Amino acid sequence: MKRIVIHEEHCIGCRLCEVHCLVQHSRSRDIIKAFRTERDTVLPRVHVEESGPISFALQCRQCVEPVCIEACISGAMHRDEITGAVVCDEAKCVGCWMCIMVCPAGSIQQNMTGGGASGRHIASKCDLCYGAEVPACVANCPNEALTYEEVPEAAPQE
Amino acid sequence: MENTRSVQTPALDQTPRIVIVGNSATAVGAVEALRKVDQSAEVTVISAEPHMIYSRPMLSHYLAGEIERPRLAYRGADFYARHNVRPVLDDAVVRIDPQAHSVTTASGQTFGWDKLLIATGGSPIIPPLPGLDVEGVYAFTRLDDALAILEYARKREARHAVVIGGGMIGIKATDALLKRGLRISMVELAPAILARSLDEVASRMMSNLLVDAGVEVLLENTVTEVRSSEGRLTGVVLRDGRQIACDLLVFGIGVRPNAGLAREAGLKVNQGIVVDHAMRTSHEGIYAAGDVAEAYDLVVDMNRIVAIWPNAYRQGATAGAHMVGVERVDPGGVAMNTVEVCGVPAISVGNGNAPEEGHQVLAECDERAHRYKRMVLRDGRLVGVILVGDINRAGVYTGLIRNRIDVSGCEDALLNERISLLSLPDQYRKHVVTGAGIEV
Ligand SMILES: Cc1cc2nc3c(=O)[nH]c(=O)nc-3n(C[C@H](O)[C@H](O)[C@H](O)COP(=O)(O)OP(=O)(O)OC[C@H]3O[C@@H](n4cnc5c(N)ncnc54)[C@H](O)[C@@H]3O)c2cc1C
Repeated sequence: MKRIVIHEEHCIGCRLCEVHCLVQHSRSRDIIKAFRTERDTVLPRVHVEESGPISFALQCRQCVEPVCIEACISGAMHRDEITGAVVCDEAKCVGCWMCIMVCPAGSIQQNMTGGGASGRHIASKCDLCYGAEVPACVANCPNEALTYEEVPEAAPQE
Repeated sequence: MENTRSVQTPALDQTPRIVIVGNSATAVGAVEALRKVDQSAEVTVISAEPHMIYSRPMLSHYLAGEIERPRLAYRGADFYARHNVRPVLDDAVVRIDPQAHSVTTASGQTFGWDKLLIATGGSPIIPPLPGLDVEGVYAFTRLDDALAILEYARKREARHAVVIGGGMIGIKATDALLKRGLRISMVELAPAILARSLDEVASRMMSNLLVDAGVEVLLENTVTEVRSSEGRLTGVVLRDGRQIACDLLVFGIGVRPNAGLAREAGLKVNQGIVVDHAMRTSHEGIYAAGDVAEAYDLVVDMNRIVAIWPNAYRQGATAGAHMVGVERVDPGGVAMNTVEVCGVPAISVGNGNAPEEGHQVLAECDERAHRYKRMVLRDGRLVGVILVGDINRAGVYTGLIRNRIDVSGCEDALLNERISLLSLPDQYRKHVVTGAGIEV
């Protein structure tokens, strides 16, 4: 399975990954429309971690044994059979936040967009752009601080 | 696979037979893990309940009316078929015979096994009160309970419920019934709600939310008598003599492990069934996992029951893999839970409510905004955290707790609104970022 590889030393903290992730997950998939009219209804699923001059973009690490799946009470969090990616079925998710409680990378977040009682109340995470050849964050990184590569499964840990 | 190592499976002349007693989180964890590596074992899942695999924690969302019944399904209807499992539903195991390697069910069926997993979970704690056997009194742990409560509330147009228990289950029942528009009185024996997982401040915040929503929160009190008329509930009498008229009474105290079968079979049982790091009981070939098992808790550094869904699933997976010859070691669990009251979430992980004495406590509170953060450190390591309101970074803390990371010097970062992985020790950050075998 292909994974997103982070190259911290190349990241300049421009946050274009966040911008394009948001656009990719918007309804219009149009950068102007997404930011003008959909800003309150869609969230980026990648986040730039920053401390002084150092930064890197972080999204779901696609763990080999995902603790989010283990903790999910609704069955929403699962491994997609076709792409192999760990994804959240938003139609099943009830927003209990168990996955948020256990993700060590902090790469799942509450999606409460839409506002009020009728708004969303679900977990939001990277879906590797649903089987796209190259995820939007990788494709739009100007500095190759993110790459999409076939990485062998982790060796057993200590 | 993480934490795994293949070992030689002894050559068996016959297909190994695996019997799993229970049909919930633990059973699913076991089945999914064993089928990852083994397609040949003959697997039977036996359950006292008549239903397909459903999610117990989702029951509160169902009771609240947030989801329809189909969404209670934790796995698809084809789960058994796809995993080549024979389900035996609506038939309780009444006897385990460790010598004959068999289990017997209430209907008289006997199943032989080479490996047995006891995943029987727990039963609701119902104190022996006079007058309980009337219409309107329910436990809240099974699908049948939720169905019965809903049917009764609809039929009788219930208006006022008394919920016994201010722990996780009691609070979830309260929040759910509140969403159904009922008036609620919640009775808790302890001086605070959610006392097992929250500290005084967080508990008060959650309690205030309930009170603001109109819930009557009665602390240091309990129900001593149940009143009824013509076989139907009319009210309760409290320890302090007060009487409350009500038409629904829900027990949300908690669960007691279903360890009776194991005890009768001669297995070692304390509170729950005693298991090792591979979920093996004191008897060769018999495993136990989930709410019924006393497994390793890595924060308190001892074996105990931690009755939560993720532990059940993971322990089940450990047992499942082990039963088909994969030597997998369970890293241990951590007590943790999430609860949401009137839209404000709270998360507690590990010893978040440990006293200041003997610990370093970092806290930040904005009660008006319903935001609170409490971190407990021991010897430079995070051993617990409580978050109210802003919970989006909870997992980062949980990771630090699970991996016993030395965070001395990072105290400021811990309290930061959005804790950055970059402020954590380098080695650990790399571990998290490369956790799945990715090089930075
Ligand atoms: C209302 C509620 C809300 C909860 N919310 C959360 C939450 O938000 N997060 C969280 O982590 N946890 C939550 N929990 C706890 C969680 O549901 C349990 O930790 C989990 O279900 C344990 O799984 P288990 O497989 O060990 O046992 P159980 O889920 O208890 O299942 C036991 C199974 O064994 C069967 N069984 C029992 N005895 C026999 C017998 N003699 N013969 C045959 N079958 C038998 C039962 O029918 C059942 O299928 C909640 C629990 C309740 C009740």
